[in-house]
Amino acid sequence: MKILAIESSCDETSAAVIEDGCRQLSNVVASQIKSHKRFGGVVPEIASRHHVEFITLVIEEALQRAQCTLKEIDAVAVTEGPGLVGALLIGVSAAKAIAYAAGLPLIPVNHIAGHIYAANLNDTLEFPLLALVVSGGHTELVYMKESGSYEIIGETRDDAVGEAYDKIGRVIGVPYPGGKHIDEMAHHGKDRYNFPRAMIKEDHYDFSFSGLKSAFINKVHNAQQRDEVLDSNDLAASFQAAAVDVLIDKTIRAAKEYPVKQVVLAGGVAANSALRNELAKAVEHELPNVRLIVPPLSLTGDNAAMIGAAAYIAYTRGERAELDLNAKPGLSL
Amino acid sequence: MKILAFDTSNTAMSVAVVDGQQLLAEKTVNVRKNHSIQLMPTIDLLLQDAKWTPQMLERIVVAEGPGSYTGLRIAATTAKTLAWTLGIDLVGVSSLQVLAQNAAMLEGQWICPLFDARRGNFYTGLYRINMDGQAVVIEPDTHIALVEWLDYLAHQDKTIYFVGEDAWKIKDTIKKHLADRAYFSKAILQTPDAWQLSQLGACKEVTDIHTFVPQYLKLAEAEANWLARHTLQEGESLVDTY
Repeated sequence: MKILAIESSCDETSAAVIEDGCRQLSNVVASQIKSHKRFGGVVPEIASRHHVEFITLVIEEALQRAQCTLKEIDAVAVTEGPGLVGALLIGVSAAKAIAYAAGLPLIPVNHIAGHIYAANLNDTLEFPLLALVVSGGHTELVYMKESGSYEIIGETRDDAVGEAYDKIGRVIGVPYPGGKHIDEMAHHGKDRYNFPRAMIKEDHYDFSFSGLKSAFINKVHNAQQRDEVLDSNDLAASFQAAAVDVLIDKTIRAAKEYPVKQVVLAGGVAANSALRNELAKAVEHELPNVRLIVPPLSLTGDNAAMIGAAAYIAYTRGERAELDLNAKPGLSL
Repeated sequence: MKILAFDTSNTAMSVAVVDGQQLLAEKTVNVRKNHSIQLMPTIDLLLQDAKWTPQMLERIVVAEGPGSYTGLRIAATTAKTLAWTLGIDLVGVSSLQVLAQNAAMLEGQWICPLFDARRGNFYTGLYRINMDGQAVVIEPDTHIALVEWLDYLAHQDKTIYFVGEDAWKIKDTIKKHLADRAYFSKAILQTPDAWQLSQLGACKEVTDIHTFVPQYLKLAEAEANWLARHTLQEGESLVDTY
């Protein structure tokens, strides 16, 4: 079964053709990073405008690369939320138009579920599992008892971890999006500033990154006032160590409490090398019977292939949307 | 020619299914409703009423702006994706011209459609009804301060018919500038009519589907600020496809 999937929840316009939920026949992404770099972050109105410019182009390209026509497609899937409402509306409007004009079923997909099911494209998810979803908009620990069932057992109470990276990136003076640059700088620095590991001792699985962000900004500002020069690489390393420590500590604890077979790392921040490496070590040492699944770098950011992978599960569960489908910016799992 | 026409530029949604000049089905809703929820079901309903399948359509005509950004994008995306999927023609028509066309019976008269763009600014243009009863452009659509626009109109030695619900709301201000040369006719429909849209689109040049975007007539604020300090290199793309 072939699904044409569409994703436009933030600043990438993407379309993909996925076969049986696991084979990626194509995955085309039009990334707006260069555009939003000009403003130091995603500007929603500009993101929406770019989506309209590219939506039919990426869909056509996805079909061409998959070497198939709409006639061979069995269903259309689209991200209905969460995300930026104006951005989501472009994918939703396009998906409804194709589903209607081509007479195909329409499958609504949750963006977070998409990030988790991205792992199904290169590996096989086994349940129950625990997923750590980390991106510019999300920081969530999701327990999945079985395929298609989601329980959020922990989430950020303020900033998403990727958002914190971008914000301190601006303070250090690296281009948007900051995460990649901070990650690189961290390799050349030392964890010297002992930033707070928020909520690490508390027995719930929620996160908080705004305190870490503030501690970082204060450190930089205080040093500036004293004309003291701090090593940027050390700052990056200290921030990264604090952020990664909390993410890993809570993930490992949750994986011990819940009877999981796998831990899945998902979302844009899953591209972070420290997080990938440290989590791999921690799982190996502390969870001998648990397998860690880390998606390939190409599937960590927002893309439609992951939406197609999640849509297949939704489809087999009978989930369908009608022509009145709307964007749901605050949709939860 | 079998046409599906729709306009969701502002509060109103108007959708029509038209065969040549003959209207087969039309629906206009003028209460604040979510266009994303109501547009596709209405298209489906009207095509059923007309006893057509989507595959029978030959042309999609859409009101391309100006208007509310979200409404414009829902219409533009729906229109271009329908046209692409069905492999048929796409035509965009000015949302202001659609309103001006409501005054088709006023041959030779000057028509000024207005949409409120907030902060004292309006989207507007100037049209004349020609001998064929078509609204043709005298002054192209623009985003302009109301005072500046009314000052320009006051210097034209003509009577002007104002159309649109937003025009009625600023009747007194308009009269202050144009005195008895400003007309507000109750005989003119003040909401967009997709049948009129279909007729304007029937004789207009076909547009390229992939590059079709709404006519916002205004840059996003961040973009305008950026362009005030930078220039985009020729051929430089801000979006990378991989």
